[in-house]
Amino acid sequence: MFTHETRLKRQAIFDLLFRSLTRVCAFGVLALLAAIIISLLVGSMPAIHAFGFGFLASSDWDPVNGRFGGLVPIIGTLVTSGIALLIAIPVSFGIAIFLTELSPRVLRRPLGIAIELLAGIPSIIYGMWGLFEFAPLFADHVEPWLNRHVGTLPYIGPLFSGPPMGIGLLTAGIILAIMVIPFIASVMRDVFDVVPTLLKESAYGLGATTWEVMWQVVLPYTKVGVAGGIMLGLGRALGETMAVTFVIGNAHDLSKSLLMPGNSISSALANEFNEAVGDLYTSSLIELGLILFFITFVVLSIARYMLYKLGQREGQAA
Amino acid sequence: MNTMLNLYTRRRIVNAVGLSVSVLAMLFGLFWLCWILLTLLDHGLPALTPVVFAQMTPPPGNSGGLLNAIAGSVMMTVVGTLIGTPIGILAGTYLAEFGQRGWMAPLTRFINDVLLSAPSIVIGLFVYEMYVVRVRHFSGWAGAFALSILVIPVVIRTTENMLRLVPSTLREAAAALGAPQWKVINFVTLRAARAGIITGVMLAVARISGETAPLLFTALNNQFWSSNMSQPMANLPVVIFQFAMSPYDDWQKLAWAGALLITLSVLTLNILARVLFRQNATTH
Repeated sequence: MFTHETRLKRQAIFDLLFRSLTRVCAFGVLALLAAIIISLLVGSMPAIHAFGFGFLASSDWDPVNGRFGGLVPIIGTLVTSGIALLIAIPVSFGIAIFLTELSPRVLRRPLGIAIELLAGIPSIIYGMWGLFEFAPLFADHVEPWLNRHVGTLPYIGPLFSGPPMGIGLLTAGIILAIMVIPFIASVMRDVFDVVPTLLKESAYGLGATTWEVMWQVVLPYTKVGVAGGIMLGLGRALGETMAVTFVIGNAHDLSKSLLMPGNSISSALANEFNEAVGDLYTSSLIELGLILFFITFVVLSIARYMLYKLGQREGQAA
Repeated sequence: MNTMLNLYTRRRIVNAVGLSVSVLAMLFGLFWLCWILLTLLDHGLPALTPVVFAQMTPPPGNSGGLLNAIAGSVMMTVVGTLIGTPIGILAGTYLAEFGQRGWMAPLTRFINDVLLSAPSIVIGLFVYEMYVVRVRHFSGWAGAFALSILVIPVVIRTTENMLRLVPSTLREAAAALGAPQWKVINFVTLRAARAGIITGVMLAVARISGETAPLLFTALNNQFWSSNMSQPMANLPVVIFQFAMSPYDDWQKLAWAGALLITLSVLTLNILARVLFRQNATTH
């Protein structure tokens, strides 16, 4: 009897220990986030003291005289990600429609995996391919055409005129688009799959075409999830490093043209961090990292919130 | 009657155009995949000689291999996985098994999902600030730590998802036999979810083995053989980056060989993980 009681007690202690252990690990995730924010803040303190909020609005990047501003890489990050989304959203939508509605059943899984493999290719491979294969072709065939036909248009003309070098903001944006298509497409496919068959069949029964079912039934039903998927893709594009570093050109210049070399936060970090001399230079780069983390954190939070909301509604419907 | 017919024709045309465009979008996606893979095979296969696996990375302009880089990558990936996996599994267990009440589990879940796609270069900066600055030199350990931080969110997510798929009746049956909770979880639920969790770990390994950005400021690079994790360590991604950006022909060839190696191993892991999990799903 006595031994039985001690055994029970011992098991209760093990339970407590195990539960605490898992809790500590889960808590570690929160601590990790706090540690990332604090360490980046501490690291960027010298730059924050020296430049204040002016850092965000200044396009200086002068390591010799110790004057730094984040405007060029911040704009580069936003512009390349914007280009990426403009291309990736319609393509991903098309891929998701194809995979959920059109594809023969046998092909559905292999094609889905093929698109997901596109997401599995390491980003440095995209960079190499972009620099050695895509950029030369782009410079020889696409950019001259853009110069001749789009560069002469009013308003958007200046965006597309400039020397055809192959590397620059536009190239980086296109490669980013290819990289985020699989992320957006697979979220879209997954959320399209949660639409109750009953809804779709009712629409088909009323005589709707596949396209009308997609636009007027599936898309309105899943719009929160689709927006979440797009934000998720945006979060990826903003933080992408290696692919962009190869093809963006790494120039701290603010240029009106998308064909000109530029810089993004992540590529500035990848290129300059190890060579940065002096506290102010290093800490300016860390401040850029902090800004990048902040932007992606906000974007990804919105994305997750939207996807959770869709998930909740799915739960209620079931 | 005529307008009705027009409307009908127009709807059919819109439908046909829309669907053709979506087929084109699919082809567009596959086109890039094929182009990238063909480029890799085209440049990588001729460069992938036995020498690549037998010799160290060469000085500029000379020929050599990638042995030290391959070894360094494997070591850091293994250590990173070994650190990240247990933490991830335990935290995922907390979220799935104990996280029903309170604010902490939902918050952790949310933060973890955000960290899942956080920019990896920032993780590199973080480890640089926390570790490299303290010990004053780049090292293989720092690289492994950075990689482990990337492993954790992936493993947490899959562990939680897989544990949630385990039917509660299984837990209740074990509890009814008198098993304490830690035994139920360790010997019943985690075991039932094993295949799924292994899949998650494989996907995490696939992800970190191609990561370059977090290693730039942590492991850096090393031209020579080194199995000392406290020293800067050669690794495939950073070597590829350095060699590909160089003007030397020999270096660029090695970079392609390395790129092909990495891509093949990452894609193989990805496909294996999916096949493994599918088998598991069908046997249940």
